[in-house]
Amino acid sequence: MKVTAMDIYKLLPKTNCEDCGEASCMAFATKLSEKETDLKLCTPLDPEGMEKLEKILAPAVREVTIGKGDKQVIIGGDEVLYRYELTYYNPTALVIDVHDELEESELEERIKIIENTEFERTGELLTLDAIAVRNKSGDRQKFIKTVSRLKNSVYPLILCTMDPDNMKAALEVVGDERPLIYAATENNLEEMAKLALDYQCPVALFVPGDLEKMKQLSHSLRSQGIKDIVLDPGTFVGDGIGDTLDNFVMIRRLAVEEKDEDFRFPIMGIPALMRLGSKEDSVTKGIKEATVAATMLNKYADMLIFNGTDIWELIPVLTLRQGLFTDPRKPQAVDAGLYEFGDVSEDSPVVLTTNFALTYYTVEGDLKSGKANTYLLVLDTEGRAVDVSLAGGQLNGKSVADLIKETDIENKVNHKKMIIPGLAAPVSGEIEDDSGWEVAVGPRDSSAVPDYLLEKL
Amino acid sequence: MDKMTQLLKLLENTKSIEINDFRMDFDELELQLMPAVQQVVQQAVQTRKAASEVLPMEDFKPPIQDYPGKVAEVQLGKGSRKPVYLGGQQALYRFEEAQPNAPVVTFDVFDIPMPGLPRPIREHFSDVMDHPGEWAKKAVKEFGANMVTIHLIGTGPKVMDKSPREAANDIEEVLQAVDVPLVIGASGDPVKDPLVLEKAAEAAQGERCLLASANLDLDYQKVAQAAVNNDHAVLSWSITDVNMQKTLNRYLLKEGLTQNDIVMDPTTCALGYGIEFSIDIMTRTRLAALKGDTDLQMPMSSGTTNAWGSREAWMKKEEWGPTDYRGPIWEIFTGLTMMLNGVDIFMMLHPTSVKLLREIGGTFVKDYMTTDLPDISDWITQLEG
Ligand code: SF4
Repeated sequence: MKVTAMDIYKLLPKTNCEDCGEASCMAFATKLSEKETDLKLCTPLDPEGMEKLEKILAPAVREVTIGKGDKQVIIGGDEVLYRYELTYYNPTALVIDVHDELEESELEERIKIIENTEFERTGELLTLDAIAVRNKSGDRQKFIKTVSRLKNSVYPLILCTMDPDNMKAALEVVGDERPLIYAATENNLEEMAKLALDYQCPVALFVPGDLEKMKQLSHSLRSQGIKDIVLDPGTFVGDGIGDTLDNFVMIRRLAVEEKDEDFRFPIMGIPALMRLGSKEDSVTKGIKEATVAATMLNKYADMLIFNGTDIWELIPVLTLRQGLFTDPRKPQAVDAGLYEFGDVSEDSPVVLTTNFALTYYTVEGDLKSGKANTYLLVLDTEGRAVDVSLAGGQLNGKSVADLIKETDIENKVNHKKMIIPGLAAPVSGEIEDDSGWEVAVGPRDSSAVPDYLLEKL
Repeated sequence: MDKMTQLLKLLENTKSIEINDFRMDFDELELQLMPAVQQVVQQAVQTRKAASEVLPMEDFKPPIQDYPGKVAEVQLGKGSRKPVYLGGQQALYRFEEAQPNAPVVTFDVFDIPMPGLPRPIREHFSDVMDHPGEWAKKAVKEFGANMVTIHLIGTGPKVMDKSPREAANDIEEVLQAVDVPLVIGASGDPVKDPLVLEKAAEAAQGERCLLASANLDLDYQKVAQAAVNNDHAVLSWSITDVNMQKTLNRYLLKEGLTQNDIVMDPTTCALGYGIEFSIDIMTRTRLAALKGDTDLQMPMSSGTTNAWGSREAWMKKEEWGPTDYRGPIWEIFTGLTMMLNGVDIFMMLHPTSVKLLREIGGTFVKDYMTTDLPDISDWITQLEG
């Protein structure tokens, strides 16, 4: 399992020279065990010690970088099977495909959509991570042409062809940017391995539905000195989704619990395969593609390739990824107290919410985008949402009355009127009794608060 | 394969070879081989040297674990109902041992018309909303519901303040209309709920419904007694807190209920609204069950309908696309995530969400690699669009 600071300390020079910026080797070791610093900062460490430490510090799942410089995405790096045990590292890379039979205008349009896809949620801008270029035509010139166009894209690339000669031709164009080679298979393993080594690129290993063979081939790639591998055990949908899940889970369990070197790599899934031969309408396809993605996101996918680009399909995927990769060790609460929005005066309204981070940021976003001028009282509910804290008893008459006192809001406004969340309606009477304030039950969703304030005041 | 090739093959994987009792090391062997072969060997040695190390390889073995504990099986539906079974798992994943029972979906039905339901749901049920019986029938007949949840929202003192007697009438209406098992939900009023559930339980005596819910904020003893006296099961509801769940389960067991009479609801936070908390709680609860914690070995339930409260599911916003698609997806993602972390029964609203969830859940009872898998090896050229 996780290495301790002591295990690490034993291998450090123990001179406390402070070159790493830490006061002592022990402090540095502690930070390393928490993944909060970089081993390279210990300059006095000899190469042998460096190698040993790198090995024991290596995460259960290797981190693989696709792309370079400001155009890169890192996948893998996980240490645990369940996020509550630590956290998940490196959010799943979300990739959209383009292919080489698209008309020029279609290609341009698609690239534009991919690059512009974004969704803001709780103060974070969620975007996609890479583009997969598919050699659909099988034709080398067409592939080169499409790949050349994508060289200018803002995202790193996944080059998709099973033909090693076509792959080589594409690598001649973008091989210096560390694209992911997709894919080595049992039929082209040697050639693709050589390309991965020659161009120093990560390579995906595609072995659909056969983990035993995948292990052999992964072993073979490793034996040839290839370090950056991404595993594609095959995305089967419909009735096959159970097997897809089983394969993903087995790979990750072998990596984390058995430290099986052949499986200690990121896993990729291809929800786009749901569209293969499907006769359904485009909306159903979109809903199903997202559903397949949600299945794999939950169980260890480090990278997903989509075909659909509709924002309604991608928003839930982006949101689920954000939730899964939130660090459970960080408090999900903001400071309780009094917050001001816009120009406040003694006539300004007073609105109540809880200190659950998601709730707070949602309300904050709504008040700002609605250009509201208001005071916001943030109640300490130990990081619970309105409905949950209501049921759990943190949101009650007394706690609100205490908050009013602590924030001294009574001396800041010339009224005693408060607007509480719609979901808090059951305690409105209690709040009035305990605080002596007049309570109005506001909307259930804070997006309606700015309009509510304008209407009521 | 001739002898020499075999020998060379061996050399690829080992640093030395043993032929009967005679042991040769690499260097000695090299000297004794004929020059042409020697060259081949040298090449092999060089490629070996080019690679960082000679890598040992073990056989592939599926990572199957032993679990000392087991999830209890709960039967819902008896008497005039077709029974449905929940839980019974002895392992975490299908490749270890397939689940004995597939996840179950129960459709939400209300005792009052519910004009506040989102449009994508109303459009499926608006013609039957005046009669809970008709509503339940439509859910079963048209959308293949395994079960129906009748929410007695109208009993809420601030809603319509229907009496427990009236609630019992609604239960009778639904029992008459369909032959699937029922979940009976109250209005969420801690004082009135136990009284309502008591009367409803009597009206459904012997039909083995799930009474929703018992929790620490109300007279859970009354709810538990209503279940014991009338042969029902109880939904044990805690708020994202494993210890609270354990405590409540223990209290319920003391009231005479058994593991096979309790379903847990550890609270489903919707996608984007804390779903990760629910993931952690469900995971920990199920792992505890399989490790042998008898206070947590009951099947789990998810109030997936919560997803419709998320603004992404219902709020009109041009740049997010039509709510007609966002709503069902939000419900699917919320339910599916719970299902992948061990939940056994789902309370849901939209027919499309229910259908997709059941398709995936249906695979949980099949064995690993027993499905015909399509050939996807050429997907790069075959995928349209
Ligand atoms: S740089 Fe290395 S040797 Fe110096 S204090 Fe830091 S850990 Fe110790």
